[in-house]
Amino acid sequence: MTDILNAIVLLLNFVFLPGLSYGSQLALGALAVTLVYAILRFANFAQGDTMALSTVMTILLTWLLQHFGITLGFMPTALLALPLAIIGCLIYIMLVDTFVYRYYRRQKSKPITIVMASVGVMFVTGGIVRFVLGPDHHIFADGERFIITAREFKAMTGLAEGLAIKTSQFLTITIAILLVGFVFYFLQRTKTGKAMRAYADNEDLALLSGIEPHNIVRVTWILVAILTTIAGVLYGLDKGFMATSYHQLLLPTFAAVIVGGIGSPPGAIIGGFVISFSELILTYAYKKFFIYLLPEILQPDSLLQFLGTEYKFAVSFVILVIVLLLRPTGIFKGKVI
Amino acid sequence: MSRYTIRVGVTFGTMLLLLLTVGFGQSWSVCLSILNLCLISAIMAMGVNIQWGYAGLFNVGIMGFTALGGLSVVLISKDSVQEAVNAGGMKMLMALIIFSLSIVLSHYFYKRFKSKWMVSATLLAGYIITRYFYLDAAQSIEAINPAFSGYLGGLGLPVLLSWITGGLFAAAAAWLIGKISLGLRTDYLAIATLGISEIIIAIIKNEDWLSRGVKNITAIPRPVPYEIDLQQVDWFKEMVATVYAGRLDLLPVSEQASALTAYASDASIVLVKLCYSGLFIAVLLLIIFLASLALDSPWGRMIRAIRDNEIAASAMGKNVTKRHLQIFVIGSAIAGVSGAMLVTYNGQFTPGSYIPLRYTFLIWVMVIVGGSGNNLGSVVGGFLIWFLWIEAEPFGFWLADVSTSFLDKENSIRQHLLNNAQYIRLIFMGAVLLVVMRFSPDGILPETNKKL
Amino acid sequence: MAYLSGTNLVAAYDQSVPILNNCTIEAEKGEVAVIVGPNGAGKSTAMKVLLGMLKPSAGSVTLEGKDISRLSVQKRIRLGLAFVPQTDNVFPTMTVQENLEMGAFLRTDDISQTLAEVYDLFPILNDRRNQLVGQLSGGQRQQAAFGRAMMTQPTIMLLDEPTAGVAPNVVDEIFDNILNLKNSGRAVLMVEQNARQALEIADKGFVLVSGRNEHTGTGKELLANPEVRRSFLGG
Ligand SMILES: Nc1ncnc2c1ncn2[C@@H]1O[C@H](COP(=O)(O)OP(=O)(O)O)[C@@H](O)[C@H]1O
Ligand SMILES: [Mg+2]
Repeated sequence: MTDILNAIVLLLNFVFLPGLSYGSQLALGALAVTLVYAILRFANFAQGDTMALSTVMTILLTWLLQHFGITLGFMPTALLALPLAIIGCLIYIMLVDTFVYRYYRRQKSKPITIVMASVGVMFVTGGIVRFVLGPDHHIFADGERFIITAREFKAMTGLAEGLAIKTSQFLTITIAILLVGFVFYFLQRTKTGKAMRAYADNEDLALLSGIEPHNIVRVTWILVAILTTIAGVLYGLDKGFMATSYHQLLLPTFAAVIVGGIGSPPGAIIGGFVISFSELILTYAYKKFFIYLLPEILQPDSLLQFLGTEYKFAVSFVILVIVLLLRPTGIFKGKVI
Repeated sequence: MSRYTIRVGVTFGTMLLLLLTVGFGQSWSVCLSILNLCLISAIMAMGVNIQWGYAGLFNVGIMGFTALGGLSVVLISKDSVQEAVNAGGMKMLMALIIFSLSIVLSHYFYKRFKSKWMVSATLLAGYIITRYFYLDAAQSIEAINPAFSGYLGGLGLPVLLSWITGGLFAAAAAWLIGKISLGLRTDYLAIATLGISEIIIAIIKNEDWLSRGVKNITAIPRPVPYEIDLQQVDWFKEMVATVYAGRLDLLPVSEQASALTAYASDASIVLVKLCYSGLFIAVLLLIIFLASLALDSPWGRMIRAIRDNEIAASAMGKNVTKRHLQIFVIGSAIAGVSGAMLVTYNGQFTPGSYIPLRYTFLIWVMVIVGGSGNNLGSVVGGFLIWFLWIEAEPFGFWLADVSTSFLDKENSIRQHLLNNAQYIRLIFMGAVLLVVMRFSPDGILPETNKKL
Repeated sequence: MAYLSGTNLVAAYDQSVPILNNCTIEAEKGEVAVIVGPNGAGKSTAMKVLLGMLKPSAGSVTLEGKDISRLSVQKRIRLGLAFVPQTDNVFPTMTVQENLEMGAFLRTDDISQTLAEVYDLFPILNDRRNQLVGQLSGGQRQQAAFGRAMMTQPTIMLLDEPTAGVAPNVVDEIFDNILNLKNSGRAVLMVEQNARQALEIADKGFVLVSGRNEHTGTGKELLANPEVRRSFLGG
């Protein structure tokens, strides 16, 4: 019996909790991408690097706060820096929109041209990020690392396996729930939110209802700035900041968007979790898990791992391919053309 | 003379001038290095141009295709590591066979029974068995003399052959990706290419048994003579002696021998690079020739008709997806060839050096700046942007230096920014792309046959 | 000068052959104006030009004598125009109620009165108020589209084939409502396939062929014109 409990705790600790928090981070980023898809109608390749840039702003502000001795007790100081970083991110995004995207919007350029412009923005943004913080790994989480440590859990339950809850995981999940709740409330219940959906649904008819497109675009970028910054900071608190790993978030984020259905906000959330859990389930080594469950003679001697962790983004890709082959519209019917 | 011809003349004249400036100002060796990389870049750019300019296909995974070309150089030209082959070759072959078998079998099940479950089960079982053999094989291979080999090696064939196989490798990957993502949303292809290129890079970085991973592979055989050998042959020594006769005569006899050796060593470097230039120019011309031939054929006209009005073309019964797949495979193959050429020229395969900035983004800047849809434009773009790229690094450093000069020498912020100055060229190149896209979307040499 | 008029309009889609060739359309307050003509004559195109969804290469659009040719679509809506396009005239992934609310997007007053009127007019919409419009039948969608335009409380209503695919009894409802709009002093401009019924209620009629005004006159005149009868009304 305790063996079964131990096995379950093992999975909770190494697959379920990390999957939940990574999935939340992906979901927030995917929500931003899907909103841009729905309203501005292009795949924003700059998402990962914009996330990195807003995290860089947060890190710099955090260092500044720490320099003046301002911290947030057992919570990470980055939370204090977050609101300012959101504003900074918004300013950057609005500048980019003014100088890059707006022109193509007015020209009614083909989506692929705007995608290409976003690739240009991706490299400029990535350049700024690397110029400011370099290519190295930075840890900027301070405060208590754990809410419950593995040791405390073991002492509490008497099990051999511990279930550690990291502060960053707890924060990620709570903030993500609140934020997603807010975005959905906004889209479903407020007049502006409904206007956004209307604009996404039928642009011409939205204009015929008197909806101003640049208001819609502005609100979209505001939501994107909030989602992007928070997603980036939560990811950074959880795993540390590194420019390339943010850049590489692009693939799982896109995969999440497409799995869920392009332009569908609920789809982006579901997609985020599909990707994160697939990654963790397929790259976890089940050896220990089966040692708990199987009698001694049947116990495995290999790692029992489907895929090395160095290939974790291949999982996103494979899921992407499966979706494109079987159901290109995604789970919630997205736009295919 | 049309304005376009003048434009071509002026641009190529400028490029020649730039190269000559480097040649006379710095050294001919540097000049030829730049020229050779320009030539390779031009070919890479042409592969992308064929996809974007002819068909509007956005490939964000050029890096992956060039890396496959690079890998092919290793697999074709390096000698096989017999011990490693003995240790794990069979098992690896076994893994490969089982993997292929499971794919074929699942395909058959799909065709015959239309059951997704059977397909999934076959693939899963196939994967697990493959992985069993594969892990064992990889371990045995990598255990053999890891500091020097630790990989299977290659086939020991002439390196030039690998330029062709490099194209084939890239074509195969492109076919797979195109088959899956073409015909859906236009941006799916972009996302899929991004994914495949990251995976290809992950494979060459992590599969040590195949590519030695980040331990790199050096001493790749050459298609041209080695400098050392050149310096030993008589005709070369005589040639150098004749060319430098004037200067040698001015020296005292005692120093003439050592001076001749020095001249010969310089000349051998230049000659080797010239040989490469010759090879690269031949490939470039061949590709330009074939591309213009293809573009003027009925096939090429159809391709452009599709690009200009996909809806009308598909209404006229043209199979848009099939044409796009052909174009995508051809363009990627060219990228693969150029990747192979680059590794051959460098003489080493360094998986760690494959970064999207250099191998995807820079190529895009070349295509757009040169003029998408125009092959000469890609050549020009390849030349100019490579030149800029080389020059942008000192420029970035200078910028970081000047902008922080009010700070103390030891100031940590200044130090930090100077350390990161290399990234300024990222920003710079991105800005170039955005500005050209916006203000001169036709590029330096616009497409000539835009309207049919 | 008429309340809304498009004068000598010339327009084309993406620089190709002009679809409208010097066509003039007018609508007066308290009147119903009807555009009829064969398929592809440019009727919908003329409507789009009046609304600003397509920029004319020549000619002008005026409202109450003021030139509005340079205004964007949404600015014209603010001036009191409402339009029911021929196709894509609803928000398919939004509910009936939300579609109607979007119609009232610019209004700041209480919309419950108008909402009640629309539901009164089209009871089926009331039953389906929380369903996605994309799941409704064609005729029901058409009613939702009409209702959405009603919600703006326009001074001039432009309708592009509002009765296409609608059940006969609902067609009558829609025609009644058009007369209501007219009687409350608003202007109505509509394109109708159902030419005879439309011309019967029309104060003014425009017969459009290949983007040109072929005939213009009151509804009665056009109905009486033998040429119009032969070509467009089936004898
Ligand atoms: N969006 C468009 N792009 C290009 N051509 C169009 C478009 N819409 C309509 N047309 C063309 O314009 C002409 C007139 O169309 P339309 O105004 O819809 O005619 P009507 O409403 O009188 O049936 C037709 O030949 C049609 O093919
Ligand atoms: Mg019509």
